[in-house]
Amino acid sequence: MVNLTINGLHISVKEGTTILDAARKLNFKVPTLCNHPDLCVAGNCRVCVVEQLSAKTLVASCATPVTENMQILTNSLKVRTARKHIIELLLSEHKADCTKCYKNGFCELQSLANEYSVGDHVYIDLVPIHAHKIDKTSPSITKDDSKCIRCQRCVRTCAELQGVNALTVANKGKEMKISSFFDKPMHEVICTNCGQCINRCPTGALVERNYIEEVWEEILDPNTHVVVQTAPAVRIGLGEALGLNPGQRVTGKMVAALKRLGFNSVLDTDFTADLTIIEEGTELLGRLKRALVDKDPTVKLPMTTSCSPGWIKFIEHAFPEFLDNVSTCKSPQQMFGALAKTYYAQKKGLDPKKVVSVSIMPCTAKKYEADRPEMRSSGFKDVDYVLTTRELARMIKQAGINFDMLEDMKYDSIMGQSTGAAVIFGATGGVMEAALRTVYEIVTGREVPFNGLNIIPVRGMDGVREASILIENCKPEWAFLNGVEVKCVVAHGLANARQVMKNVRDGKAVYHFIEVMACPGGCLGGGGQPIPTNEQIRKKRTEAIYAEDMGMPIRKSHENPEITAIYKDFLGEPNGHKSHELLHTHYTVRRSY
Amino acid sequence: MKSSALKRVDLIFESVNVREILDKTLKRKPEEIIQDVLDSGLRGRGGAGFPTGMKWKYTAAEKNAVKYIVCNADEGEPGTFKDRQILDEVPRKVFGGMAIASKAIGAKIGYVYLRGEYKFLVPKLQEEMEIFHAMMKEMKHDFRLELRLGSGAYICGEESALFESIEGKRGEPRNKPPYPTTSGLFGMPTSINNVETLVYTVMICKYGADYFHKLGTTDSRGSKVFSVSGDTPKAGIYELELGMTVERFVEEFGDGDTKAVQVGGASGFCVPRKKFRDTIIGFEGVPTGGSMKLFNSSRSMYNVLHNYLDFFTEESCGQCTPCRVGCQQLLLGVEAVKRGERNSRYLDELVKLAGTMKISSKCGLGQSVGNAFKSIVENFKEEIIY
Repeated sequence: MVNLTINGLHISVKEGTTILDAARKLNFKVPTLCNHPDLCVAGNCRVCVVEQLSAKTLVASCATPVTENMQILTNSLKVRTARKHIIELLLSEHKADCTKCYKNGFCELQSLANEYSVGDHVYIDLVPIHAHKIDKTSPSITKDDSKCIRCQRCVRTCAELQGVNALTVANKGKEMKISSFFDKPMHEVICTNCGQCINRCPTGALVERNYIEEVWEEILDPNTHVVVQTAPAVRIGLGEALGLNPGQRVTGKMVAALKRLGFNSVLDTDFTADLTIIEEGTELLGRLKRALVDKDPTVKLPMTTSCSPGWIKFIEHAFPEFLDNVSTCKSPQQMFGALAKTYYAQKKGLDPKKVVSVSIMPCTAKKYEADRPEMRSSGFKDVDYVLTTRELARMIKQAGINFDMLEDMKYDSIMGQSTGAAVIFGATGGVMEAALRTVYEIVTGREVPFNGLNIIPVRGMDGVREASILIENCKPEWAFLNGVEVKCVVAHGLANARQVMKNVRDGKAVYHFIEVMACPGGCLGGGGQPIPTNEQIRKKRTEAIYAEDMGMPIRKSHENPEITAIYKDFLGEPNGHKSHELLHTHYTVRRSY
Repeated sequence: MKSSALKRVDLIFESVNVREILDKTLKRKPEEIIQDVLDSGLRGRGGAGFPTGMKWKYTAAEKNAVKYIVCNADEGEPGTFKDRQILDEVPRKVFGGMAIASKAIGAKIGYVYLRGEYKFLVPKLQEEMEIFHAMMKEMKHDFRLELRLGSGAYICGEESALFESIEGKRGEPRNKPPYPTTSGLFGMPTSINNVETLVYTVMICKYGADYFHKLGTTDSRGSKVFSVSGDTPKAGIYELELGMTVERFVEEFGDGDTKAVQVGGASGFCVPRKKFRDTIIGFEGVPTGGSMKLFNSSRSMYNVLHNYLDFFTEESCGQCTPCRVGCQQLLLGVEAVKRGERNSRYLDELVKLAGTMKISSKCGLGQSVGNAFKSIVENFKEEIIY
């Protein structure tokens, strides 16, 4: 233990603790900007400087470990002056058009400026000199360098969590900025659109491309029929953006709010999550049969999931040789979109031309996914608009809805019914668990051999989690699987996914089935979820997801009656002709830079 | 009182038999070598002046199997050109110093990080390295050198940015602690020394600590190679005993009309004529990595300051706020005052800002911008304003 004093108060902390954390323990708040609990220490914004008695300079409290008998002042005149100067400097290179900014009210620099009553703008405004252009080329992410304070949280996110490095530091001195490969626009680089950078950007430099006005126009147009689908992770995150605590489940309130907003039909992506399980499970079993029985050398195993559009773009760039290993199933969002303008429109007697399909996603990559040229199998753009959880929260506020006071409501039908297996799609390991619940039962006729259907080994927050399940006493038609140990691996965060794929490529690991979600924690930690994010918040959301699963009357995808109905009335059989037409897709080889 | 001529020293460029010195020194115990360097009072000649013996002692104390000695030859301080001359004339002494350091700290690999603009030295240094490696083999001292070139960034002369650069990363300073002696190049304990410092260690080993200790003052032992430039009839490289006043220096090198001397380059201090007599060149007064620039009355100190600030706005790595934005604000600020767009009181704001940069920047670059700024603005305020 190390003894020190902070503002005269004694504290004893573990060796290696930073001054910042020690100060927090004593309930002294030290402001930070570049610091983020998910990322390594940077120490570059310098707003967290504190005075260490007898040291020549101030020290960055986030980057300095405590030492014995250290005497720290967090609010001395020296510190206050320096801190104010630093905030003023940041403001001088920041386009402070706060009232017009998308992040107004959510900006960490803004609150800091407010806290320190900085605002007389002593220094010269550098914004006109630099004349940065806003990059709106990506359908998912808008990058505005004039709002950037060079804290490099985005760079560290892209490198450390995602291993993508689409955003990096370029140039030096006054020209230093956050850039991309050869300063190309965002839509031309390896950016996976995951939006994790947005979740960690303290200002409005990185925000989602928002489609709020477009959606309002569709809703308020009397000639359209607007259907909305909500992804599993939205119902456990939305509350945070509306003043509730992390981990609060707001499914019923969310449905009620969507109805109040004026959507003609409020439906559930969970329905197509169940459908994904049937299609993807069938595909996996098909691949296993071709490999084990037909000895088909062209069959590709391991098979990977395809629900996460960040993962899809990542593998297209980074491991194009593995594209045939990716399940051909569209993501639940896109399955939903394709069915909304076919199956749903038919059943409801609507002209598909007039159906507008909107999805609410915890994700920014879904915006890109919806724009893919191959996502038009209904004959129209399958999903017209994708809004993030944050955008929905904003619409709810705009509509003057007192969210907390809403009475719970139920999803509309058809395509509104779902199972516990679908809701866990929102958590890392969830697709794997849902698939195993169904596949195991199809093959053996018995429930998965885990207490309460909870497949604990695939859950949790470890970056890579392996599990295997022994198949025994199969039904006669699946006898070839007797004694097969199905090897699975789950990865979340693309840096972890890269490691898994490298191991597969180099023959260091052998799997049958790989689940990857691009974002830390899975969709619940997605790039469209409420800000801030950190491990505690993601854990709370995870608990909520599994609680939602436990609360569902049906917890296996194949038992969803609407799923049975859609095969009977419309699709025919899993992986059948119609399914392939509407619910499956293909991938594109992309450059590695 | 007319002062006597400055005491010339000839240690750095003195022709010596490096093999003989190494033969003797490499047989000694590391602690003995370190003790000699400590006793000599030698402080780093790159400008910061950290006691060399302490640096070696700390590195030697680390238990890691892999350690490095790095020679900082990224001589980038404006007005400094002595390392270039040393490497050109006595490279064997530089490598000899690295061999001595390797013995002292327990390193098997040494890196020479050469300023990119000194590329013309590469063939010569490589040739000399081969001779050196053969010598090491004969002496059965397990030590090899690697040569790395910078790419023109001033910041890569900062020790931790230099490590990043060798590691193939963007040259940006790291947070300290940890210091290089515990976690330096590739995360290993590293001693990083300036070219000139390493040569002095060879001479200390040759002549003994006492010989060196007798030169200079209490705070600034020994001699130092100065790069003299600007308004002087005698521009060039001179090895002089430390501890002289600026006045004596100007008597020797001035053109009779010297109004200011910039000691230590862009990151150093500007000494105006009225302070020549009371200012000692050394760690007790104004320290320098060697750069001595003389300005006569034909020079505009506004232009001098502008030039330095322009340099820093380009050469800041840009990662930390005080340095990246502060440099731009100082530059634009003096321009605005000069044009009359801001009144002269704004200079006071800028001096305060320079003070903040000094205490809150991440590395020595940002911390030293304020030196030149404050000393020029405070001593030549009229020239800045009018």
